[in-house]
Amino acid sequence: MPARTSWIPYALIAPSVVFLAALFLVPLVQTIWLSFSAGEGLSLENYQRMAGDLNFALAVKNTFLLTLVVVPLQVVLALGMATMVTKLDKGRDLVLWVLTIPLGISDLAAGLAWLALLQNTGYLNSALYALGLIQGPTGWLSQETPVALFFAIVLAELWRATAIVLVILIAGLQLIPKEFAEAAEIFGAKPWTRFTRITLPLLKPSLQSALILRTVLAFEVFAVVYALGGRNFPVLAGEAYVWQNDNQNYGVAAAYAVLIMAISLAATAVYLRVLRTRPEQLP
Amino acid sequence: MTTSAAELSQTSTSRSMALPSARRLLLWTGLAVLIAWVLVPIYLVALGAFGGRLGVFRWPKSIWPTDLSFAAMSQFLAIEGVFNALVNSLIAAGLTVVFSIALGAPAGYALARYSFRGQNAYRLLVLLTRAFPLAILALPLTVSFIRLGLYDTPFGVSLIHTVLALPFAALVTQSLFMGIPREYEEAAWVFGCTRFQAFIKVILPLALPGLAATAIFAFVISWNEVFAASILTVRERTLTAYLLRILAESPLHYRFAGGFILIIPSVLFIFAVRRYLFAVWGIASK
Repeated sequence: MPARTSWIPYALIAPSVVFLAALFLVPLVQTIWLSFSAGEGLSLENYQRMAGDLNFALAVKNTFLLTLVVVPLQVVLALGMATMVTKLDKGRDLVLWVLTIPLGISDLAAGLAWLALLQNTGYLNSALYALGLIQGPTGWLSQETPVALFFAIVLAELWRATAIVLVILIAGLQLIPKEFAEAAEIFGAKPWTRFTRITLPLLKPSLQSALILRTVLAFEVFAVVYALGGRNFPVLAGEAYVWQNDNQNYGVAAAYAVLIMAISLAATAVYLRVLRTRPEQLP
Repeated sequence: MTTSAAELSQTSTSRSMALPSARRLLLWTGLAVLIAWVLVPIYLVALGAFGGRLGVFRWPKSIWPTDLSFAAMSQFLAIEGVFNALVNSLIAAGLTVVFSIALGAPAGYALARYSFRGQNAYRLLVLLTRAFPLAILALPLTVSFIRLGLYDTPFGVSLIHTVLALPFAALVTQSLFMGIPREYEEAAWVFGCTRFQAFIKVILPLALPGLAATAIFAFVISWNEVFAASILTVRERTLTAYLLRILAESPLHYRFAGGFILIIPSVLFIFAVRRYLFAVWGIASK
């Protein structure tokens, strides 16, 4: 039973409200303001410079392509993993620990780990050489091999960030009463039918939060790309970094930031709408 | 949590009894592939980190460890700036832990124990942070941080990392406190404790393991963050910012050494909080 309203809860949340206002809401407004201000007065100059940049179209294309390939693959992979893990009896905890290790690994470190595998004299090339498929050290991560570089980044992203989807889905699976699947089994439903008709619909809230989280993060992908390909594969957050740190042009960097935020918000809104769960559908 | 885990293992036991051996073989083969998929890159970056310059250019490579030495790693740590960056990373992560618990836990307690006007607005604020790419908000902060003298300090970096970790801490501690019966506290009041004493003596000891898990997550969030740390530092870089900056010009074995150092704490931390992983993420992602 909740206690009567007093000043205490307000005193307890006040510090975090002040903090989030100062370091979340203020910079949010600042970013938007900065992106529209150039010289004196408001203008679209920063956006024009952003759109006119050589790398811009490429960065937009690359970021979207990466997100559209990586996020669905992660969900499928995580669903597969979760299904396998829940079938386990012995060693379940150990398997889960190993599968969730990448959860704690930074995108930069993930990029570097895959660099060890994929660099010119790396392990992939050594294996291909041993199989007689290549003649000697071969580059996969340069500008001349954009497709290979793209797949390298996809692999590293799948490796690093599938764990978070897995954890969210397993947490969601634990909430589904097992009686539902048992009842369906009695009525003769095959495993695949049980999965698509019972598990998947009931997992919708978890899928939704996993998708929102992953999509927002996928649109700010940056360090993995830099560790593997340097600037050979422009992405939106990377361009924002370059405009800010190398070109010292905060206005254009802010324009990129606003663009990334707008895309993230739009994606979140789409997920909230498409995957909404009506209260009567909850278990 | 413990009961649900017990139930879960019980059901999985009964189900796997029914699993025919051919399918069980298939299951374990699949799992072995997945485990290798996770561990092999870590193993290979470790080989790169301890193999030194010669190891990186050896061709063709063997996947077995040959002439590994700590020399390569200690060489890396002796480079000017690396040790400093390591210390900065630890300071920033430590401060992030302190701030996100100090600000998040009281808010979580308020959400768990009181119903008050503005409660939903607060929840919305916390959830709103999740729809934004937060690290990117470091961009406009550069100017104000320079003015306030926070630019290029681990303290400044920890502030933006706290924005990342705080919503998480508030939501997780909320459910943590909700799991501790209110009656415990009320009993303490009856015996003459003040609210504050009751919290310290009764609630805090019970909440401590969950708080520790939350703290570890906050640490990992800060330790791993690249973008904001790179934007907000020049000389006092954190380890991730330092590695990002030297990516283009440093030799490969130094990059692998850096990557390996970044990975180690994460592996240990995930092991430490593995019991809380699902409880924490199940809640934080609702």
